[in-house]
Amino acid sequence: MTAETTERTLRQAWAFVFRGYHLTRRYISWVIVFNFYALTGSAAVALIGVAAHDDRLTLTLVTGALLWNFLSTLYTEIAMSVAYERWEGTLEYTFMAPVPRLVHLLGLSLYALANSVVNTATVLVGLVLLTGLDLSGANFPGLLVVMLASTLAFVGLAVMAAALPVLSPERGAEATHIFQGALLLVSGVYYPVEILPAWIRPVAALSPATYTLSACRKLVGIGVPGVPLSAVTGELAILLGMGAVLVPSGLWVFGRVERWAKRTGRLKRTG
Amino acid sequence: MTSSTALAIEVRDLRKRFHKPRRLRRGAAGAEWALAGVSFHVARGETYGLLGPNGSGKSTLIRILSTLLIADGGLVRLLGHRLPEEQAQVRRLIGRVSVDAAFYKKLSARENLLYTALLYGLAPADAERRAMDVLEQLGMEERTFTAPLEEMSRGMQQKISIARALMVNPPLLLLDEPTTGLDPRSRRDVQTFLEALRLREGTTILLTTHDMAEAERLCARIGFLARGRLVAEGTAAELRSLAETSTLDDAFISLTGRPIAAGEDT
Repeated sequence: MTAETTERTLRQAWAFVFRGYHLTRRYISWVIVFNFYALTGSAAVALIGVAAHDDRLTLTLVTGALLWNFLSTLYTEIAMSVAYERWEGTLEYTFMAPVPRLVHLLGLSLYALANSVVNTATVLVGLVLLTGLDLSGANFPGLLVVMLASTLAFVGLAVMAAALPVLSPERGAEATHIFQGALLLVSGVYYPVEILPAWIRPVAALSPATYTLSACRKLVGIGVPGVPLSAVTGELAILLGMGAVLVPSGLWVFGRVERWAKRTGRLKRTG
Repeated sequence: MTSSTALAIEVRDLRKRFHKPRRLRRGAAGAEWALAGVSFHVARGETYGLLGPNGSGKSTLIRILSTLLIADGGLVRLLGHRLPEEQAQVRRLIGRVSVDAAFYKKLSARENLLYTALLYGLAPADAERRAMDVLEQLGMEERTFTAPLEEMSRGMQQKISIARALMVNPPLLLLDEPTTGLDPRSRRDVQTFLEALRLREGTTILLTTHDMAEAERLCARIGFLARGRLVAEGTAAELRSLAETSTLDDAFISLTGRPIAAGEDT
């Protein structure tokens, strides 16, 4: 890859961050509303632990709320990208631009990651203020590593889900939310997966969020000081493995669906 | 016969049909031909007009050339690159303006244009300078560039859409009813600009329009498309002569069998 090609590729990936930043700026009142709602929703769950005077439960709920905010924001931003473009009417222009789909999805993921970090940080500050939690024992560098590792797997899932609104403009957007809801249910966000009905439990093993939550709860140190990163290498390996499979699979699925949409005439602004 | 290297657009026996959803099917036919074997070519630097009634297949054709649709059969070559195999190369060479200016309406003209520049991998400063030049030639004032697009008139949005297409300096411009809905002054601004562009840059232009006067003014040759077929082709004078009519409007109605109407197309 020449320096010129590299520069062009970086600009193309940056285009999606640039667009996302300016759209966020223009829709700032809605962004504040969504962040406020995310905070109050998370606090409503975390305060159940405070009401029970159970720090261990509070920390379990807070960790679940924070990680779900992070992962679901990341997922939604990518999975709904095609649906958003259709609503804006810009879908055709984005898809006829000379951007390789990998670069397109990389740019989307970078913005989604930045957005998720800001959203999660907002919720974290709010939760600490509202619950008076002591997170001084948490292994923050370890948490960061696990979250980055799980980002890959979630990006892969989200890219796959982003193909759904290409298949069917309305039903596809609905299906991305159903899929997101299923992840919330099976991944043990607020409870251990062991309490799920026996027939659902095997599905929990397929969700990257299950391993993210398991590793993060150990690193936060619920009831005990946070463990070192070496104690969660099992979860980390599974997350990286899932990322290694899901990212290329997501790109493959998206590519196949895009080609199908071009054959059937579905790739249009009005759906 | 023009040699293929001198051609900007080469379309041969192009076919495309769309399958109707089962609930909309009547009888046994589950698919309709939007393009039923269309052939034409456009030389480099030529402005070619494609005119047809609603549902004639104009927009389908433009969408195939824009790499947004894959044809069922036939050959499409743009500036020597075959579609869909060489779509990555083609995308660098085409600019498109559609009937509705598709923008992020909350973003300003400047933000939308810079986004496009980055998307095409251009240096933002160079692309912005070029876009601003185009907008000034189209009679727009610089103070409007920072206002959200939703606050602009349709004419202003369409001019920005033209600036966006030209920002990448494409040798081939696909214009799908670019002046529909514009006031007479804006329409004239756009037409004058397109004439100057072709003369100055040698840009090849494929124009679909419902405006016969516009087609006569801008296009060296015109093709009439009806029911997915190219039913007549030639200069405006040749078409009038072929139909034995005094106006291009009448020639259109005579040769396509349908009156022209504005609106959504196939």
